[in-house]
Amino acid sequence: MIEVSGLTKIFGPTRAVDTLSFTVRPGTVTGFLGPNGAGKSTTMRMILGLDNPTAGQALIQGKPYASLTRPLTKVGALLDANWVHPNRSARSHLRWMAASNGLSVKRVDEVLETVGLSSVAKKAVGKFSLGMKQRLGLAGAILGDPEVLLFDEPVNGLDPEGILWIRQFMHSLASAGRTVFVSSHLLSEMSVTAQHLIVIGKGRLIADAATADFIAQSTESTVRVRSPQLPALADLLDRNGIQTSPAEGALIVHATPIERVGDLAGTAGITLHELAGVQGSLEEAFMQLTGDSVEYGGHQFTAGIDPMLTPSGVPAFAATGAVQPGAFQPGAFQPGAAPPPRAAPADQTPEAKRQDQT
Amino acid sequence: MSLLAVERIKLFSTRSPYWCLGAILVAALAFGLLIGLGDSGRQAIPFFALRGVALGQSIFMIMAALAITTEYRFSTIRSTFLAAPKRTTVLLAKTLLLAGLGAVVGFVSAIGAFFLTKALAKQPPEPLVLQGEVWREVAGYSALFAIAAVIAVSVGTLLRQSAGAITLLLLWPLLVETLFTLIPTVGPKVGPWLPFAAGSEFVTPTSNIAGLQDFLSNRSAPSPVQGVLVFLATAVVLWILAAFVLNKRDA
Repeated sequence: MIEVSGLTKIFGPTRAVDTLSFTVRPGTVTGFLGPNGAGKSTTMRMILGLDNPTAGQALIQGKPYASLTRPLTKVGALLDANWVHPNRSARSHLRWMAASNGLSVKRVDEVLETVGLSSVAKKAVGKFSLGMKQRLGLAGAILGDPEVLLFDEPVNGLDPEGILWIRQFMHSLASAGRTVFVSSHLLSEMSVTAQHLIVIGKGRLIADAATADFIAQSTESTVRVRSPQLPALADLLDRNGIQTSPAEGALIVHATPIERVGDLAGTAGITLHELAGVQGSLEEAFMQLTGDSVEYGGHQFTAGIDPMLTPSGVPAFAATGAVQPGAFQPGAFQPGAAPPPRAAPADQTPEAKRQDQT
Repeated sequence: MSLLAVERIKLFSTRSPYWCLGAILVAALAFGLLIGLGDSGRQAIPFFALRGVALGQSIFMIMAALAITTEYRFSTIRSTFLAAPKRTTVLLAKTLLLAGLGAVVGFVSAIGAFFLTKALAKQPPEPLVLQGEVWREVAGYSALFAIAAVIAVSVGTLLRQSAGAITLLLLWPLLVETLFTLIPTVGPKVGPWLPFAAGSEFVTPTSNIAGLQDFLSNRSAPSPVQGVLVFLATAVVLWILAAFVLNKRDA
């Protein structure tokens, strides 16, 4: 359980984190989503007592991090896999961490085994690939068998195999009843990793909802139909008060269940060649939600010198996002072994929340 | 107590401390060798024989400063504070380990250089015997190394970067304090009381020994005990400042 209340961090003129409040509950993977520069890492550093908040507080199991005794046995964190000395061996790195919290050297060898680094344990970390460093970081996070785990952009720069491994790793931790809090700027990644989402932009809370609800509320589903009798179909739907818009040789039906479109066509005896549900792009919806919250947005470069490199109007995070095909469908979202996350109250739709905040 | 073990593992699981410790011994023994053999050992008084140890003190300060600045360089300081969030205790453990190590290294290299010179010098101006004031001149390096380590760790903590810390720690005693004594009237009076000059009085002979008369006359230097206390006070003040800043600052 992580409780953040009124957390604020001001760097000079910038409010990096602005009166942020949320709770991370145990037994689920909670995603911490926001564009680059939204304040995710700063928030995590404040939760872990590395940065002093300007105002507000963050509690872990009811206590500030700094007052935890043997903190590694309560909280495990991987904020940056490069926080290691390149000339120190993986085993030595974990050995000093273990010694600081009264953990045995046997436990060090255990976690090295868990993350699959036993064979390179005595090698200098500087020779490790990013994926291996990430595994070492995870080994450090689980060293003390903690109840609460925090990961900051854990899949950044990893190959698909590494991404899958980390994803499964986090799910296994959450299904064992632990609190997992993981940040990312990629909604596609979060939609398959997290059951609950905390969305921030420019340091402010934008949404605090179950992932499935967030996806449903922030994207419009449409139905695409093709038919040799297209004008008749358009006319029929129009008479039933359904809004449509023409597309190339097809019709896009808005705000209507796919079943109703099929039923209406069938009753009227209209032949259909295609009837397909289309899910709007989540990345697009996310941009709409956080659009004015992008700290280093592409719009700053509209008068850019090299338009090839900086297409105007495209926020930087969307341009850098490695979007995985197929990751957008809410159907791909796995409820996981954990109990279903709490449903968001009706008054907590992302839109409403956003208006509250601004 | 466990944090001392942590700092020990951290220090000795990288290569640079071994290089530094090796360099200190080489510097100490090389000067001992030179003084012992040169001119049949006619210059072989403890003060000269141990000049290499004084150089070793600078090398040890580099090592002590690096122990904290490399933590900032590679951001392991954050891993450290995640494992042990009480920052003052972390700084204390690191300081105690390096001061303790300094005491041992200072003593061993001074004793080593002393006996090397003693064995080699055929015609020393006075017999090289570990007694009375000579004990202080040799074993005093133990205290100087330990105090220097505290200063180096504090400066490293305050500056957070290796190049800056090392530059300051080398230039301050070698250049700033030396140049200060060149200032008319004030320089010669205050200069010997500056921290490193004062500290070195702890290993400087007070009685007139052959070859040192010119050096010892006309000085308003502190006594050995006054000197080491000035040095120690500097270290304590810097350390408190470092601990305060460490707690205030974002890691």
